[in-house]
Amino acid sequence: MIRLAGIERKFAVGGEMVHALRGVSLELAQGEYLSIMGPSGSGKSTLLNVIGLLDRPNAGTYELDGRDVTGLSDDELARVRREKMGFVFQFFHLVPRLSAEQNIELPMVLAGIAPAERRSRLERLLADYGLADRARHRPEQLSGGQCQRVAIARAMSMGPPVILADEPTGNLDRHTGQEVMALLERLHRDGGTVLLVTHDPEIGARARRRLRMIDGAIISDERAPELTAGLAAERTAVEQRERGTSGT
Amino acid sequence: MRFADLLEFAWQVLRGSISRTLLILLAMGIGVAAVVIVTSLGEGARLYVSNQFGSLGSNLVIVLPGRSETSGAMPGVLLGKTPRDLTLDDALALGRSRAIRRIAPLIIGAGDVHAGARVRETPVLGSTSELMDIRHMEMAQGRFLPQGDPRHSQPVCIIGVKVASELFGSRTALGEWVRIGDRRFRVIGIMSRQGQSLGFNTDEIVIVPLAAAQALFNTESLFRVLVEAKSREQIAAARADIEEILRLRHEGERDVTVITQDAVLATFDRILRALTLTVASIAAISLAVAGILIMNVMLIAVTQRRREIGLLKALGASGRQIQLVFFTEAVMLASGGAAAGLAVGEFGRSLAVQLYPAIPFQAPWWALVAAPATAVITAVLFTLAPARRAARLDPVQALSRR
Repeated sequence: MIRLAGIERKFAVGGEMVHALRGVSLELAQGEYLSIMGPSGSGKSTLLNVIGLLDRPNAGTYELDGRDVTGLSDDELARVRREKMGFVFQFFHLVPRLSAEQNIELPMVLAGIAPAERRSRLERLLADYGLADRARHRPEQLSGGQCQRVAIARAMSMGPPVILADEPTGNLDRHTGQEVMALLERLHRDGGTVLLVTHDPEIGARARRRLRMIDGAIISDERAPELTAGLAAERTAVEQRERGTSGT
Repeated sequence: MRFADLLEFAWQVLRGSISRTLLILLAMGIGVAAVVIVTSLGEGARLYVSNQFGSLGSNLVIVLPGRSETSGAMPGVLLGKTPRDLTLDDALALGRSRAIRRIAPLIIGAGDVHAGARVRETPVLGSTSELMDIRHMEMAQGRFLPQGDPRHSQPVCIIGVKVASELFGSRTALGEWVRIGDRRFRVIGIMSRQGQSLGFNTDEIVIVPLAAAQALFNTESLFRVLVEAKSREQIAAARADIEEILRLRHEGERDVTVITQDAVLATFDRILRALTLTVASIAAISLAVAGILIMNVMLIAVTQRRREIGLLKALGASGRQIQLVFFTEAVMLASGGAAAGLAVGEFGRSLAVQLYPAIPFQAPWWALVAAPATAVITAVLFTLAPARRAARLDPVQALSRR
């Protein structure tokens, strides 16, 4: 569903050109669980942002569901992000003045979904992520783990097929980090394509497909061997399930 | 994004930083209130002057003895004689003009008015029955001076309400006798309350027939002649006729002054309107200042809310939506401030009315429309740049900073 070919991304930082991505090519199928690892400055976050359409590459092509998205306008990109991408950040990025449920509701508000429909989706998300009793709390009244659960619920509120997580456990203690990983992996089991950027090898190793990046280039792309065999079968099962639930 | 959600979102932002919001509302409110109050004062003054002239009578032309000239010395001083008096015959001669409907000669003096043991000094006006129509007077009781030859008089008088209550208290004044100087007059009418009109308070005067006033004050010369032209268009013709008739009667000398109230009124009107506009535009500058304040606050908001803007973009907001959020905030601030300003302005206006009930303070409609409109438009204009900056913000950079 995601096909990158020859993606280049350069920044000018303090008069010096930084080559964040050098000719990156990557193919991702629906329902994959991919971790991107590498030292800081290796371009892993930039790659995630390019895939999430937050950042535009300087060169190369990006096909999403068979459609070239490199030339889309600002409005079209916003719509694709809204419908297909769910972001989870290291620092949660919750709006501090809004309550947990208002934060979760935000993508649906931006998409112009009717209040009644929003309410019913919200109830389900609050229940799914164990936040029902925290719905009216503000981010400052929530623990780090709860904040990240709110952020994941928010990422899922539009039901996007792709979840992009940039160091989702980077700001959490080990135990809470495990909980958050469990949530992300549940999304993957439910048919979501999960992309995870991390520098924690233990977290990265949980993914079935692992990319390593150095200096803006992919240096290794390995798949957990014991899982590849069953992958195709599982993927079709997942896709069927997804089709069954896509109407909701 | 639905409109209701947009409002709700902006409302959350405004409520989130309450002191910032209140300060902008204050600035906007002061601007709008200043415009409303200042224009109310100006418009009140204009209406006051025009009412004063209106209560004099419509299509009025006033004839004064003597000629007011802008040359250094009075002509009379140089020629060794005072200006010729204006007489009753002069006034009656004006009736020959086709442009003139009514003429009321006027003599004025002060006299002690006695009623029983009580006495009061009042201005005494001598005139004819025509005065009532020319000056738009109204009677509370009785009738005005009888018609007839102005050279002969009946011993009757009309008194103002205040004079009536001071001389007679709660007793009926109508039909009673009063003494002015050495003459006795029967009260045949009481004027209704009209208040001040250019120097006279009709509540405090006594009106007697012209011939009686001539005898009382021992004078033939008139204080004024009030002339009513047949219509507004005839005022100029009436004025020309008056000047011509009096010139012929005064042996070719133009020794009277003719004032048309229209000319005076129009001048006052122009001056006061210009004054109101000037002061209102000065007040409007404070609105522009409030607009700059909004711009400043919005620019700070764009910097402070970088992360939020980046987040909104990541969640699927387009640049246009982000701009819309900022504009909604600005318009809400401006309209809130404008509403508060209108309320404060109205309060100030009613305060001014309390203090000076005689002056009809009221903000002109254009000010009531222009002040809030200016507030909203400046707010939107001054938000253009911050909103554009927010929309162009690079979400990756905005989100990368903690």
